Amino acid sequence: MSARNRELLGLIPASLLVTAGFAGVFIQRSNALSNVSLTYGALFLGLCIAAHIFIRTTLPRADPYMFPLVAVLASFGLVMIYRIDPTLARQQAQWFVLGLVLFAATVLLLRDYRKLERYRYVIVLISLGLLVLPRLPGIGYAANGAYLGVRIPGLFVFQPAEFAKIGLVIFLASYLRDTRQVLVQGGRRFLGITFPPLKQFGPVVVIWGLAMATLVVLSDTGSSVMFYGGLLAMLYVATNRVSFVVIGLIAAAVGFWYLGTHIPHIHARVETWLHPLNPRLYHAPLGSYQVANSMFAQAAGGMFGQGFGQAALTLPNGGALLPAPQTDMIYAVITDELGLFGAVAVLMTYLLLVARGLKTAMLARDSFSTLLATGLSAMFALQVFVIVGGVTRVIPLTGVTLPFISYGGSSIIANLVLVALLLLVSDRARRPA
Amino acid sequence: MNAPIARLFGVVILLFALLVVFTSRWTVFQASSLNNNPLNVRTLLDELHIKRGQILAADGTVLAKSVPAAGNTWSRSYPTGSLFAQPVGFSIAAKGEAAGLEASAGPDLRGVQTGLSSIFGQLSPRPVGDDVYTTLDPNGQRAAQQALAGRAGSVVALDPSTGAVKVMYANPGYDDNNPPTKSSVTDTTFNRVTQGAYAPGSTFKIVTATAAIDSGMYTPDSVINGNSPITVSGVPLSNDGDKSWGPQTLTTAMTYSINTIFAQVAEHVGRPTMTDYMKRFGFYSKPPLDFPPFELNTSKPVAPDGRPYPPGSPNEDIGRIGIGEGGLQVTPLQMAMVAAAVANGGTLMTPHLIDRVVDQDGRTVKTTSPTVYSHVMKPSTAAEVTKMMEKVVEEGTGTAVQLGGISVAGKTGTAQIGANGSNLTQPAFVAFAPADHPKIAIAVNVDVSNGGFGGTVAAPIAKGVLQALLANGG
Repeated sequence: MSARNRELLGLIPASLLVTAGFAGVFIQRSNALSNVSLTYGALFLGLCIAAHIFIRTTLPRADPYMFPLVAVLASFGLVMIYRIDPTLARQQAQWFVLGLVLFAATVLLLRDYRKLERYRYVIVLISLGLLVLPRLPGIGYAANGAYLGVRIPGLFVFQPAEFAKIGLVIFLASYLRDTRQVLVQGGRRFLGITFPPLKQFGPVVVIWGLAMATLVVLSDTGSSVMFYGGLLAMLYVATNRVSFVVIGLIAAAVGFWYLGTHIPHIHARVETWLHPLNPRLYHAPLGSYQVANSMFAQAAGGMFGQGFGQAALTLPNGGALLPAPQTDMIYAVITDELGLFGAVAVLMTYLLLVARGLKTAMLARDSFSTLLATGLSAMFALQVFVIVGGVTRVIPLTGVTLPFISYGGSSIIANLVLVALLLLVSDRARRPA
Repeated sequence: MNAPIARLFGVVILLFALLVVFTSRWTVFQASSLNNNPLNVRTLLDELHIKRGQILAADGTVLAKSVPAAGNTWSRSYPTGSLFAQPVGFSIAAKGEAAGLEASAGPDLRGVQTGLSSIFGQLSPRPVGDDVYTTLDPNGQRAAQQALAGRAGSVVALDPSTGAVKVMYANPGYDDNNPPTKSSVTDTTFNRVTQGAYAPGSTFKIVTATAAIDSGMYTPDSVINGNSPITVSGVPLSNDGDKSWGPQTLTTAMTYSINTIFAQVAEHVGRPTMTDYMKRFGFYSKPPLDFPPFELNTSKPVAPDGRPYPPGSPNEDIGRIGIGEGGLQVTPLQMAMVAAAVANGGTLMTPHLIDRVVDQDGRTVKTTSPTVYSHVMKPSTAAEVTKMMEKVVEEGTGTAVQLGGISVAGKTGTAQIGANGSNLTQPAFVAFAPADHPKIAIAVNVDVSNGGFGGTVAAPIAKGVLQALLANGG
């Protein structure tokens, strides 16, 4: 079976899922099955088939599993958001359509994505500029002490970090391709540890220092962890030197220890992470209410979940029982309604997508492509880890989105562009030599 | 570069495994403790649709029941209102608030299963709530309400041989059909019996006497000089009325509550031994009652800056602690436990409010069997301390509690409150009866009195409650 036919078959479960999901929510909502659920399913299937035909014509050899996995996640996300707030789901569907348009534009404009290398400094400057935007007066705004978003009044709101992550990966892939040999061979051994040569490593350190500083200024620790982890993953793959990773992790540990003890809102996050069930923190403003209720929601879900639409999200007085259910906390809602089994299924879907991304990196024939696919996949995996880890209390909770599932235009568009790049790399890698 | 990519994927798998482990932790392994956490209002919201079981007094009087409410939901009704508000508490699912037994017995009242059965229980329809039978005695409860006659204070009575709580009443109370909001400044849901911080005053001399005799350092006939004032921790300490008693036995010192003798005894017994006996009585720990932890306070000495002293701290004024001062703060429940330990031959039983849990088919699914909290003292010590406490009632400061044919063992306490030289006192009385085969141990506290004593204000209250409880056979 050709790659594209496998992709087409893969879309069937996605559409069944979205239809069944909407049907489930409808039954719960009104005790009646409306044919609207079929309409939603049909529309979604139509969109996916359009995208599939586009991939079939433009990227015929690309990985056949990536897009169906994305479709499963996005359709599942739509159902969850619809269950939380139908209005948001309609908007999310519009963002998905816009995301597919940008996906197509990326594929068409970057048929030879390797030309991106030529613009790497422009790209990194734009990315850093994007990161600073939320701090600019007038358009930037803060949520929970972190400067995450940009608001153009009357037009749109977006989260620049979602786009900056792609730019930074492109830059690093290009830069590390040039310098990886020197980084490996020019390393000096000191106390049995190989340290990278400063001359080649310097710019990486400087630019990442800038990015980190920007993030500290923005107090967006979630993205910071994600970017730093992405950097280490790419550095490791480029040099095959565990010592670089260890040095990087130690530096990060010191940095985060400092942030955790010196920046009040980050320190507060750490406290709520460690003691979410402390009644004083629970009742404090910006305290552990959200994290504690995330745990309570998961406990309510148990092994098999309460079923679509059954999770309690609001208090009888209209207050939020689980704040931000459609964004930060959507994983807790999934666990509440579908239980441990449903949650693990979602995680496995992400893991499969990451596996396909890394497989693409292995198949790629030039270093830039390999590093690009590695970086994008690692960044994607880390984003899932940072938000799900925050919701499940593996790490302190920070505000990044759950890719393709959380409500949010920036997230869905940026991640569709990310997948477009992976498919571009994949298509080139699988071309007969 | 493929080998490092493969290893990178290994790391990703590890990270995701961590996510699965933590999700399992919350959804399965810690699910029941999270579901029953008092901060978790989900269970309360679910309860809107669950018919909770009843809460009943020992004699079957209904204290709390579910009544149908709008939209297929249930709400709670409390037929006895303010009389049982402190122990029963309340549950308002719509507000996500609960207190008292309504909170601590919540899992039983909802019929929640635990452990492995909860995993399979999810497959079956929602459970039906069970009824909770308490140990509370409505006659005793009413007697306490009448005897306090509206004064701020509390009464708590235990069965010393089992730890069953017979009476838990406090003023000011509230009607649990209409509880005050959490945010209100004067929160009358504050339960004096389990949360109050009283200076025990001379009632604490029971603890000092126990430590002195059980450690073998004193006998009831040991003679100590009772002159006044003496210097304790560098500050003069006087007897009531600055009376100098001269050499007296420990029994006499107990009978007439001679401060200077007990302060010397406490100092001689020493901080480590005093601390050890206090711990055996239950001080320094939350009371082991089947009650919500947020409504239970620890009895302990507190420094002037408001921080509790660590147990056995060298900064404690152990002489003054020995007479129930020195920053000592106790709950009435703790002092009832002190009386109960002496009454039960030196063995302190774990206090409990829940007697048994009965499901909707009438099967008893759970029974509280009496458990030993600690062996506080030798039976011989208990017998000697009992004799000393009987003297207090026969001829000392506690004569007001005399019950005619029934012998009572008790101890008065009168803490000075307010500024120096102020006439305001906090009268207290702890007792048990009948002294030869005790059925009831009781602690009475009155918040404020204008010049009254434990023997004149608190003892008559104890008398009324003891009469009511002993009249129907204890």
